[in-house]
Amino acid sequence: MLRVEAQKQLGDFSLDVAFSTEGRVTGLFGSSGAGKTSLVNIIAGLLQPDRGLVAIGDDVLDDTSRGLHTPPHRRRIGYVFQDARLFPHLDVSQNLDYGRRMNGLTYDRDAQSRVVDLLDIGKLLDRRTGRLSGGERQRIALGRALLAQPRLLLLDEPLGALDADRKAEILPYLVRLRDETGVPMVYVTHDPQELRRLATEVVVLERGHVARFGSPDILSGVITPTEIQALEAGH
Amino acid sequence: MFDISPAEWTAILLSIRVAVVATLVATPLGIAVAWLLARREFWGKSVADAIIYLPLVLPPVVTGYLLLLTFGRRGLIGAWLADHLGIVFAFRWTGAALACGIMSFPLLVRPIRLSIEAVDRRLEQAASTLGAPPWRVFWTVTLPLALPGVLAGMVLGFAKAIGEFGATITFVSNIPGETQTISSAIYTLTQVPDGDAAALRLVAISIAIAMAALVASEIFARRATKRLHGL
Repeated sequence: MLRVEAQKQLGDFSLDVAFSTEGRVTGLFGSSGAGKTSLVNIIAGLLQPDRGLVAIGDDVLDDTSRGLHTPPHRRRIGYVFQDARLFPHLDVSQNLDYGRRMNGLTYDRDAQSRVVDLLDIGKLLDRRTGRLSGGERQRIALGRALLAQPRLLLLDEPLGALDADRKAEILPYLVRLRDETGVPMVYVTHDPQELRRLATEVVVLERGHVARFGSPDILSGVITPTEIQALEAGH
Repeated sequence: MFDISPAEWTAILLSIRVAVVATLVATPLGIAVAWLLARREFWGKSVADAIIYLPLVLPPVVTGYLLLLTFGRRGLIGAWLADHLGIVFAFRWTGAALACGIMSFPLLVRPIRLSIEAVDRRLEQAASTLGAPPWRVFWTVTLPLALPGVLAGMVLGFAKAIGEFGATITFVSNIPGETQTISSAIYTLTQVPDGDAAALRLVAISIAIAMAALVASEIFARRATKRLHGL
């Protein structure tokens, strides 16, 4: 269970959110500037809340009333960024292995091949990162985060930088990720369609506040950009 | 023309030894200082910055004289080092290395600092979310990505160290076999009536060493840059 009660002032913008979720995939939905990335950075420990609490189960990671802040590297929370952020000086397999090395985990060939198969990146292992496509980079970023054996996976608009075809390429992998690995996820997006396919619970953020919280059905009134295009094309 | 005398060889080898030792000792320190200047805010940062660049703008003789006052046998630090650790700088080749290290330090630090500043901090964040504590982020992400700058700094520092003259001759004098580097040997040769040929030989050799260092750094930097773009 993930519990977040956090306040953070960032210039003119103020974030003030409280929710707790049991969801396999918790969708964080909102337009740009709603505070999604700030919220995810707080969960990851990259950003410290001014006031509040972040906890996974009984493990309290942030509690400003006790002056507690667990740094990112001790949280075991995986993070897949919109821009993948693969290490350019390492090849693909070294990127995948990075989290295992940093956490001092023993090499597990089975875990490695499960993730490689799940994401279909076996053919890329010897490649350097410079000439990979956006979709390939994002799959490797997913694998890299998974192989660090996180207890929670944050995905910040992992499809945001991809075109429609590439999105369609990656989405099935995310569905498999949800169904085949036991790692709970927080999935950030401004596309309701992605959440309808993936999320089990949805937090709707508006201007730094939780506007709605519930099952993906709460998004039913929201029309996606692709649906708008389809409607316009129909006329 | 190219019969290099034993005395000239001594000066050449001594110069190389002094510059190599100065560069190797200064590099880790330079990386630490560059990282602090690039990534940390602290009280007195601009003063620290100015002090590091001071040898670049002070007359070398002044730096050499200050070294003599502090690291000489009766200097504050020099006396302590000699009494407690048996380390003597004054009129020894180690003193030449110290003078060269200090004179070349600003040139060494600057490219390293710039390249650390250019490292994408978002990659460092990614490393920390993968479980890397700050010092391992530095060793596995920041430093490898800053490597072209480190190499550039080392070459600049080495070139400065091998050519240093003013501070070295003021601090450790011009003793053949102990502190007489190529530069001070050339200076000595220009002071004697028939020293021209020997001086020219040493000039040619210093040009060759400088060129070799530049070419080597260019090759290393090109390789490192290619790696950094993930190619």
